Amino acid sequence: MLIPILIALVPLLALGPATLIAPRSAAAHWGVYAGTAALSGLIAAAALSHLLLESSPQHAGLPIGLPWLTARFRLDSLSAFFLLVVNGGAAAAAAYGIGYGRHEREPERVLPAFPLFIAAMNLTLLADDAFSFLVSWETMSLTSWVLVLATHREPDTLRAAQLYLIMASGGTLLLLLAFGVLAQVTGGYDFDSIRTSALTPGAAALALALGFLGTGSKAGLVPLHAWLPLAHPAAPSHVSALMSGVMTKVALYGMVRILFDLVGEVPWWWGGIMMALGGATAVIGVLFATMEQDLKRLLAYSTVENIGIVVTGLGLAAAFRDNGMNEIAGLAFAAALLHILNHAVFKSLLFLGAGAVATATGTRDLGRLGGLIGRMPQTAFAMLVGAGAIAALPPLNGFVSEWLLFQAVLKGPLLPQWELKIAAAVVAALLALAAALAASCFVRAFGIAFLGRPRSPEAAAAVEVEPAMRWTLLALAALCLLLGVLPMLALTPMGRLGEAVIGAAAVRTDSSWLWLTPPAAGGNSYGGVIVLAVIAGFGVLTRIGIHNLASRRLRRAAPWACGFDAPVAPAQYSASSFAQPLRRVFASLVRAEERVEMPEPGDLRAARFASSWRDASWDLLYQPVGAAVGWLSLTLNQLQFLTIRKYLSLMFAALVGLLFLVAVTQ
Amino acid sequence: MTGVLTQLLQMMLVLGAAPLLTGVVRLAKARLVGRRGPSPIQPYRDLLRLLRKEAVVAENASWLFRVTPYMVFAALWLAASLVPTFTTGLALEPTADLIALVALLASARFMTALAGLDVGTSFGGIGSSRDMMIASLAEPAMLLVIFTVSIVAGSTALAEVAHHMREAEVGLRVSLAMALVALIMVALAENARIPVDNPATHLELTMVHEAMVLEYSGRHLALIEAAGMLKLLFFLSLIACIFAPWGMAGPGEPPAAAAVGLLAWGGKLLLGAGALALLETSIAKMRVFRVSEFLAGALLLGVLAVIFLYVSRGL
Repeated sequence: MLIPILIALVPLLALGPATLIAPRSAAAHWGVYAGTAALSGLIAAAALSHLLLESSPQHAGLPIGLPWLTARFRLDSLSAFFLLVVNGGAAAAAAYGIGYGRHEREPERVLPAFPLFIAAMNLTLLADDAFSFLVSWETMSLTSWVLVLATHREPDTLRAAQLYLIMASGGTLLLLLAFGVLAQVTGGYDFDSIRTSALTPGAAALALALGFLGTGSKAGLVPLHAWLPLAHPAAPSHVSALMSGVMTKVALYGMVRILFDLVGEVPWWWGGIMMALGGATAVIGVLFATMEQDLKRLLAYSTVENIGIVVTGLGLAAAFRDNGMNEIAGLAFAAALLHILNHAVFKSLLFLGAGAVATATGTRDLGRLGGLIGRMPQTAFAMLVGAGAIAALPPLNGFVSEWLLFQAVLKGPLLPQWELKIAAAVVAALLALAAALAASCFVRAFGIAFLGRPRSPEAAAAVEVEPAMRWTLLALAALCLLLGVLPMLALTPMGRLGEAVIGAAAVRTDSSWLWLTPPAAGGNSYGGVIVLAVIAGFGVLTRIGIHNLASRRLRRAAPWACGFDAPVAPAQYSASSFAQPLRRVFASLVRAEERVEMPEPGDLRAARFASSWRDASWDLLYQPVGAAVGWLSLTLNQLQFLTIRKYLSLMFAALVGLLFLVAVTQ
Repeated sequence: MTGVLTQLLQMMLVLGAAPLLTGVVRLAKARLVGRRGPSPIQPYRDLLRLLRKEAVVAENASWLFRVTPYMVFAALWLAASLVPTFTTGLALEPTADLIALVALLASARFMTALAGLDVGTSFGGIGSSRDMMIASLAEPAMLLVIFTVSIVAGSTALAEVAHHMREAEVGLRVSLAMALVALIMVALAENARIPVDNPATHLELTMVHEAMVLEYSGRHLALIEAAGMLKLLFFLSLIACIFAPWGMAGPGEPPAAAAVGLLAWGGKLLLGAGALALLETSIAKMRVFRVSEFLAGALLLGVLAVIFLYVSRGL
């Protein structure tokens, strides 16, 4: 299936440049979105068939790049799984784009880069040597950067794009160094020779650290996450969905590939570090999401949370595998991968839904939304499903992966190292906190945006979006439910992947589809179908019973407002007031401040209240590093204004120094 | 077959017993403060009265507001039916382990909190926001309790836990005592009981859960109230099932054993109701921002329970 996928990538690569002929035409619009949706769908189908049917990896070499180096590609179950995730998300984003793209003010800034971005992600997943991997990775970064700049007329975009470019380059640099360390033994940059080379423990640890940080910065790991909530929301919504739902998964693919495949042996203590960082990322990400007022930025912060959950799962898998507990490692690994798939589905849904809201109302500010459930019923329903899924609620799909992850964490006390035993308990509490905060966050996001009364004339006048957008949302919502009640649909194809990478699958392929019964979870089980069927059945039966036996009378009246007239929109709870209890409880973590300005009695000025919070990574990491770079460049800047005598003496000193070095080393 | 029968019996049983349990708690509280108190079957009369009344719904309420009571009631009914009460070996037992049960409650809470925001009044909002804050803080403590139980019993499937706690040489463990206290604190918070919230308050500003469901009336309110009663029964049964599974019948045992289990369960519920009433009459409700400290205490107890277990087993 590798060759058909590579062939399908050729038109995908050509689509973007082809639109330059007539970028504003309907042909370009349809060609890009319908074409990308079809091609991505084809690649996803091919990847699925590989995952189900093939067990051995397939190789191909293409004579591109440097004359003596062919670009190598490889399709194994790991890349097939990620191809499925990436192209599924890409097909949804493209199908949505058929409707959404019409509202684009400058389509010529989006259309050429959109298919290129998707093609670059595909190539990253298929690359089998460091060179093609890095080139595809960088192409992915740069095309998404171009797509972020599509909204360059908005005030925050330029800053976000600049930061994104810096962070992306930094991440690539780290990856470059990681591959350098990995290839030092044999000197070969193709993945096969990296796999077979035996690294010293020090070199392996260095490669692990570099690869983890390089891919982690792209995925949004705390404290390297601060660019993500700026850059992802700045792009048009279908691109945001791609960046948050799909591109972060490519980064996680890089992490899995480097850690579990290229380095191979991940020591248990490294797994512990990943668990701790992942747990912290999950809690910090969702805390900021709970405070955030901008709907799309809120979703981006929640992406940070979900990346943390996945990294925790990967860390657990590494810790268990290093201790020879392959079955539990397989459970943790499957939990991480299933969460990757689930997050791609519901985060794409939520970002696309946020795009629908922004299209209908012209704003993403929660403070100007409200009451949309009446104006946009289908979008609201899909978003409700997405919010429930991301809040890890049964019977939706987000819960299944969290459940699997908790089952793996609960096996933490079996680990021999006491550091890991303690870490497992802490991580369990952190994950529970993150899940509960996510529920709070999405009650707030959905409740403020879609329920209550409209907080602005635009929200009051919103109309439902066009069919291409609505249907994509509803299809993704259906997928959330389907993967939630029948998780075996996803876990069965993933079985071979777990065996290939970890050496154990999470579930036996012959187990019942009614209950999820991972052998490693020791008799614990979960039956999503039953939960759905019983709740729906009980609910409907109760309704029929009450309506027939008791009362079905209903009267509409004004809501109770403590004796005042019918409540007005500004009197209802706002996004900021909903977040207030958690902002107070976690004030020190989110650096929250509240200022009340109360005029003296008799003074007729209005009282004022202001609250603020701040992402501490700015003060602790980004600004010091930025200031250090600024100071360094200012200092070095003086070198450009020296007299010729000083330049000559500098050169002389350098020459003497080098000669000295040669003399010492020889 | 017996599994299906016992499951159906259990479903009817929890639904029938939940209002009585609430009635007993109310009666015991009244007696403790020197009032005569209503009859313990008053909650049944209240529910029937509410069911027969017409529902008054706010003009701008959406479909979500009207669907929520049914979903919440169904979710709580399912959750309460899945906790082994008088016997294990229920047909639907594999549907949910402890983690899934906690998540099922979270689903119900999610819908209730959304319904609180639906009409767009300040009371619904204040209730939703604070209820979600309390739940967010209770969840990590709950998970650490589950973690402790899972280390001791080697499972989070409730039938397995009950079996292990009854049969194996568990003994009296400090960790289990700490986990029990932590679970009770979480249960108080989850059920909106004193000292976290006041189920009997009628002053809007002191309400959390009651404020969230202020807009409900008639049959919708009846379902929400019934769900609350089921939740109380759920937590008492859960505590009994994990920490005092004595008397519970196993699968395949004769009906006499099940009858003994039934009596034992009734006794445990009565004890729990008495203890709850005693606790609620002897302490005062705390300010809402003290709740975080209360639940942090529960979290700390959970952490200590885990660490004590590790230490006692020699790491």
